[in-house]
Amino acid sequence: MTAAPGSAPVPVPVPAPGSALEGGFAQPPLDAARAFRALLDALSRPGRINRLPGATPPAPFPEAAGALALALCDGETPVWLAPELRAPDLRAWLTFHCNAALTEDAAEAAFAFGAPAALAEALDAFSIGSPEYPDASATLVVLLPGFEGAPLTLAGPGIDGAATLTLPEAVAALHAPNRALFPQGRDLFLVAGDRVAGLPRTTRITRKEG
Amino acid sequence: MTPQDTEYNFAYLDEQTKRMIRRALLKAVAIPGYQVPFASREMPMPYGWGTGGVQVTAATLTPEDTLKVIDQGADDTTNAVSIRKFFQKVAGISVTEKTAEATVIQTRHRIPERDLEAGQILVYQVPIPEPLRFLEPRETETRKMHALAEYGLMHVKLYEDIARHGHIATAYAYPVLVEGRFVMDPSPIPKFDNPKLSNSPALQLFGAGREQRIHAIPPFTRVVSLDFEDHPFERGGADADCAICAASGVYLDEVIVDDAGGRMFVCSDTDHCRERLEAGHRGPMGAPAEGEAA
Repeated sequence: MTAAPGSAPVPVPVPAPGSALEGGFAQPPLDAARAFRALLDALSRPGRINRLPGATPPAPFPEAAGALALALCDGETPVWLAPELRAPDLRAWLTFHCNAALTEDAAEAAFAFGAPAALAEALDAFSIGSPEYPDASATLVVLLPGFEGAPLTLAGPGIDGAATLTLPEAVAALHAPNRALFPQGRDLFLVAGDRVAGLPRTTRITRKEG
Repeated sequence: MTPQDTEYNFAYLDEQTKRMIRRALLKAVAIPGYQVPFASREMPMPYGWGTGGVQVTAATLTPEDTLKVIDQGADDTTNAVSIRKFFQKVAGISVTEKTAEATVIQTRHRIPERDLEAGQILVYQVPIPEPLRFLEPRETETRKMHALAEYGLMHVKLYEDIARHGHIATAYAYPVLVEGRFVMDPSPIPKFDNPKLSNSPALQLFGAGREQRIHAIPPFTRVVSLDFEDHPFERGGADADCAICAASGVYLDEVIVDDAGGRMFVCSDTDHCRERLEAGHRGPMGAPAEGEAA
């Protein structure tokens, strides 16, 4: 982008070489299309774990969180990062590749990235939308070390009968308020490494017996 | 031609627009039957030709997809042919007329006869997404009615049908209740197709370009056609078999064949009819295949 003639140049933070400028999609239109389809499939069929490769964001962002940000975030979507993620490298990477509007106010976040504990702490502040516009709600991107923990039984739209997904208990707690809030609520994407799973607000989660 | 060789950005739309549509699609999937507003763009075709469906398809396609486009069930009508050519040109993707081979199917006003499979995506072109619009013209009011699940007006409309005609006289765009919460207009599909909306393994996406709304039905979602206990939903459809392929239990088009009132019924789904002809089925007016005795 070039500044309009006559206007003062806008100071741009110079990122450290080799970090912020690299790690985006190799072919943005095609890779973003593939990433979106992996996300759409994950959200419309809860319980499935899809691969979401193509991005190499700075640590501690997992690959799949980077690809999700590249596919969905831009200047129109306030992005909230959990305190432990607010490293200069990652902020610069999101700013350069997504033009992401970073915010520290959880209430304005369209996308919120963080580990379950950090998201749980700010949970009440994240938007659930309004009764007239329940779509104007936050999407929580939950960073996990892996799909491990307690086997949970999922039911609801997108699921033929019941599905099983193994997740840390804390994730179920992030999703729990949705049941009473519907049609308002917050949707979850769970990312670990280059994998992603989706939990829309409609999913009913129960602890697997036995 | 590969996707990279076209002179357009992949699938025509710019990346910013596709991201906006993709975010709307994800919220639509998360709230089945709810209409998500989106900033619909002008497309190189007039409103009414499927600009909403085209934008949803453009945001959904990947280079690996195989696209099928139907208009009232047919692959070979002007609307279907031009949209198929459009995506061949701007996305370089492969296309097909076979329902079984398609990964993404854009449709105007029909659901294919062949059962859809998990992983397939059906994209509907929608003229008026708001089922309450002809009962209440104000968007502020219909928003509130959806928010409160206040659908009494729709039942009054259906009741008035019964009072006036003796039955529910809505034959297409028949309102449905999605997952027990949102009343939705399934686009002008014949009510014959309504039962196929429910519990489908495929993902169903709806795009209304002029009205700037996107809605969705995820796979395996409960979709119920509105009715009354004493006037249950009836599927309707012509009481005949296809004159060409002898199919029964499919949606048929009525075709006038002469000036003396002669008529025939043929499959609306051209791919289904072709498939049955290839399998050797013949109706009274079906031409014998090549090499077959007349």
